[in-house]
Amino acid sequence: MTNSMHDMGGMHGFGPVEAEPNEPLFHAAWEARVRALQRAMGATSVWTLDGFRAAQELLSPLTYLSSSYYERWFRALERQVVRYGLVGEDELASGRVLRPGILLNRKLTLDDAKANRSGRYDRPAPGPARFKAGDFVRARNINPTTHTRLPRYARGKLGTVEAVRGCHVFPDTSAVGAGENPRWLYAVVFTARELWGEEADPAIKVSIEAFEPYLLPA
Amino acid sequence: LKRALRYASLCGPATKDVAMPEDDHTHDHGSELSEMQLRVKALETILTEKGYVDPAALDQIVENFETRIGPHIGARVVARAWVDPDFKHRLFEDATAAANTMGGFDPVAAHLIAVENTPEVHNLVVCTLCSCYPVSVLGLPPVWYKSAPYRSRAVIDPKGVLAEFGVTLPEVTQIRIWDSTAETRFLVVPMRPAGTEHWSEEQLAALVTRDCMIGTGVPRVPQEAVR
Repeated sequence: MTNSMHDMGGMHGFGPVEAEPNEPLFHAAWEARVRALQRAMGATSVWTLDGFRAAQELLSPLTYLSSSYYERWFRALERQVVRYGLVGEDELASGRVLRPGILLNRKLTLDDAKANRSGRYDRPAPGPARFKAGDFVRARNINPTTHTRLPRYARGKLGTVEAVRGCHVFPDTSAVGAGENPRWLYAVVFTARELWGEEADPAIKVSIEAFEPYLLPA
Repeated sequence: LKRALRYASLCGPATKDVAMPEDDHTHDHGSELSEMQLRVKALETILTEKGYVDPAALDQIVENFETRIGPHIGARVVARAWVDPDFKHRLFEDATAAANTMGGFDPVAAHLIAVENTPEVHNLVVCTLCSCYPVSVLGLPPVWYKSAPYRSRAVIDPKGVLAEFGVTLPEVTQIRIWDSTAETRFLVVPMRPAGTEHWSEEQLAALVTRDCMIGTGVPRVPQEAVR
């Protein structure tokens, strides 16, 4: 869901940012296991990274806010393994395997983990880029009910293309199993005044990484 | 109380001096954490028995974070940029390729983009939509980076956020926020502090903290080193 709790840019009321001195890498052993499970399950390619993000966005706003980061990951993992038929709800409820697993195309091996290679999301371009650095663009006002990476605060706003990043996997389709559908990606910069109004500090600018379908010529 | 603790875990520690070793932490939050421990263990067992994951590979992934990946990598990249103009030029052209010419760490796969702090512009990195972070050069993000206060305010109140990190900028310095809304990842190259002209690359790297490379910090030379 696009207009859900995760899209936080510009919200008020969460209080100060408080850094934890000498913060440990993980705050409990289970957090490390969740991190590793997400990586290993991601490597099976049953779902995409965007699909995993979308699964977190499906959490209710109350659950999203009252869960820690790795609790959200855990809930999203549970949701995904059930949704894709890898694990039954009865198995999650009982904590026991009740039927054999299905055969997956890929499994992350110890050697894969040792190699510590992660994926790239750049792809060959299906056609020429519509925009170039210096072009004025307006972010579209879209409110899809599925995953998108165009944050609410930028929608409808006027910006300038600052850089062309190449063609990348398009999250909006990748998240819903509709393919990688590579699209041109741009750095688009907005003034704080355009985003937040005339009272905003003229010395502040914000950029997003915007896929071509998010943008209109202006 | 339970809800308050969980909320605190989203928003960062409730008080500034709450950092505790893992054992104390577990002891403090007792039942809740052990419940998560059990649930995660159950899921891992199911996924293992069904043949989807290999526990040895999971151990290795955790070990990578504990021993191989961290902000020391980004600090080396920044220090090299400070001492080697040619490297610096290449870093701003293609940060992934430039970093991978250094060796000594796992090759960076991410589409990395280096952004330079100058007297005119200070850069600040955030991911408002989730918590995208340049893991290959900085390791795992701190809780505050993933918290609602940082994700909500970095784009609308960056000066307030910077003040909470003890960073105040000259009036003339513009602030540029980079919202990591795609798979591009940002590394802030801070300004080299004055008085470090004769420092070695290794000494310089020690000044470059994680926060400097996110934009919530600036390198500070210890007083005793200046004298």
